[in-house]
Amino acid sequence: MTAASATTTEPTAPARGPVRRGGAPARPLRLMVGLVGLAVVAWLAVNIFLSLAYYPGWYGNSRVLMALVGVVAGLGGAALLFYFVNVFIESLPQRLSQGLIPYAFLIPAFGLISLMLLYPAVQTINYAFANRDSTAYVGLDNFRSIFTDGSFWVALTNNALWLIIVPVLTVAVGLFVALFTDRLSASGEKFAKSLIFLPMAISFVAASTIWRELIYNPNPNLGALNAILGTSNDWLRMDQGRLNSLLMMVILIWMQAGFAMILLSGAIKGVPEDTLEAARLDGANERQVFLQVIVPQIRGTILTVYITVVILVLKVFDIIYVLTNGQSDSNVIALMFFQELFTAGNAGRAAAIVVVLLLLVLPILVYQVRTFRKEQGR
Amino acid sequence: MATVTYDNATRIYPGSTRPSVDSLNLEVADGEFLVLVGPSGCGKSTSLRMLAGLEDVNSGRILIGDRDVTDIQPKDRDIAMVFQNYALYPHMSVADNMGFALKIAGKPKTEIRQRVEEAAKILDLEQYLDRKPKALSGGQRQRVAMGRAIVRQPQVFLMDEPLSNLDAKLRVQTRTQIASLQRRLGVTTVYVTHDQTEALTMGDRIAVLKDGLLQQVGTPREMYDTPANIFVAGFIGSPAMNIGEFHVENGAAKLGPASIPLSRETIAGLSDADNGKINLGFRPESLDVSTEGTEGAFPVEVNLVEELGSDAFVYGQLAGGDEVAQNISSGAGQAQVIVRVDPRRVPDKGSRLWVKIRPGEQHHFAAASGLRLPS
Repeated sequence: MTAASATTTEPTAPARGPVRRGGAPARPLRLMVGLVGLAVVAWLAVNIFLSLAYYPGWYGNSRVLMALVGVVAGLGGAALLFYFVNVFIESLPQRLSQGLIPYAFLIPAFGLISLMLLYPAVQTINYAFANRDSTAYVGLDNFRSIFTDGSFWVALTNNALWLIIVPVLTVAVGLFVALFTDRLSASGEKFAKSLIFLPMAISFVAASTIWRELIYNPNPNLGALNAILGTSNDWLRMDQGRLNSLLMMVILIWMQAGFAMILLSGAIKGVPEDTLEAARLDGANERQVFLQVIVPQIRGTILTVYITVVILVLKVFDIIYVLTNGQSDSNVIALMFFQELFTAGNAGRAAAIVVVLLLLVLPILVYQVRTFRKEQGR
Repeated sequence: MATVTYDNATRIYPGSTRPSVDSLNLEVADGEFLVLVGPSGCGKSTSLRMLAGLEDVNSGRILIGDRDVTDIQPKDRDIAMVFQNYALYPHMSVADNMGFALKIAGKPKTEIRQRVEEAAKILDLEQYLDRKPKALSGGQRQRVAMGRAIVRQPQVFLMDEPLSNLDAKLRVQTRTQIASLQRRLGVTTVYVTHDQTEALTMGDRIAVLKDGLLQQVGTPREMYDTPANIFVAGFIGSPAMNIGEFHVENGAAKLGPASIPLSRETIAGLSDADNGKINLGFRPESLDVSTEGTEGAFPVEVNLVEELGSDAFVYGQLAGGDEVAQNISSGAGQAQVIVRVDPRRVPDKGSRLWVKIRPGEQHHFAAASGLRLPS
């Protein structure tokens, strides 16, 4: 950009002497203001936070006041820090400052991400090669141990099942509901959507409990499923064909279909009505209109919903923890990790399990993100 | 190829008591180019959508050829429509857009490709066949929409203001292209527009609608020369006709100082309800510059002169008597008259111009009903 403009202006204005390539020169005074401001704000913010911790008496021991001071110091401090960073960089020579500005604003965010995400990830990988209390390296022992453990393979295949079934069914159910609520009257649509969205508001633990007590309860007087079928099966113990896992997936689909529906319904409403009319005039029946005109136009949203649910399913934990605690061949990786770490107290094996999960998920995520980008770029 | 017949077709939107299209009776001949024209909200688009099957027909019938299509699904009507916003499928290439109907009909791929290419050739779209609609200009998108219609080889073309999203120059170009394409293909076409110039230039016949009611159907010449009522008179022609309500005295309309003689037939057509008044219309181009004292000449105060090179239009007020001046309206609004003058000899602003209606070019309408009176 700058190079191009410099070369275009150069030949037209030779009389003005040598063209300055760097733009505006440095301004040392502002440079100092920026630096001093930066130092003062950082010192102040740090000390305010320290005072909050060490001298609560200064604030009359009032938690409300302390929270308020904390918020003001945090937000105001961050704003001022960025302001002085900006002052500092803008007073540098123009060429330098233009290159630096994006980094100045990105580095703090990247720093926090590294601290919260990258560091734990690296540390986890590190622990995967260490013993149960992370005191000595044991090489690949942890991996050897989990791969020869049958329960690990059960958990892995369960995860795969969850991954294959839940996102697809969630999107399908969401799409189905979105499509048909779209044809209701305005108030009917609102009512139906609220009803279907409601499970989203329930916590995983509460939802799991509701299903365990009211649907899957072995007592046919309490469990709806047994009551309907006239049986008294303990559904969640039935692992033939991973039936218990499938039943637990229903709960997640029930909870997530509302989310899928809201997004997909918005997308469906965004499809121009006249393209549907054009398709109908072109001889398409309603099924063809849906599959060949509506779905391709909301592909981006479908993919977004799908990826969101995939990520959610990878983390699935609560439902299984509450309903079976991983027994009867229903364990999944996240729960197995939890059991290894907190029940068995084996940090090495726990870390190894997570690392395997990470390695399995990475290619899926990369693929999804790439296809998503391609879709958006079209 | 087929005729199109509206037989007392009526459409009442739910929640409304007034019909949007009120017992429309209209016949479109085989291969004819019929233009539905009218101000916005007049029911022209609704009429077209009824024919397409996109709106219900509440009473009456619609026939394509001899087939009653009133209750037939749009997909089974064998018609193609060009939408105002083109309604191209954004996820398909130009070729797929044009071939979609054939694909749905289950035609073999080679035939689809061949017919799409033929249509693309006609419309000069060959190099864009693999592009997505997003990568096309407005005019190209419009042509793709046209192409999608021709590829079908349908019985009837429906066009819903297909030019309204184009800029003025392209609109003029495209309208001649569409008209000549239609003549070449010979497919019955119903075309909706709010632009009377488009209607006059393109249509074999024009149907003017207002408030859901058909006002008049006829060739462009008929619409211009013998408008059936005041509305059509004011709607067709650019600039619009000057129309005013005047007293009738001694067999002549009193236009301020001037008297415009009326024929015996015209006088006989007046009824008591008209209260001794008549609506007199004259087009800006039906006025000759005259001199004071000439029989039938009346003065116009020149407010503004619009010079277009080929023409010049004087915008002014009828001089002589406030009441008379207020009662006339034109394309420029109430109390205004427009006069076309020789562009080489334009009057000065603020001057007084004496004009006279060319014999036989005045229109008479009953004051009460607004209907045309014989001259």
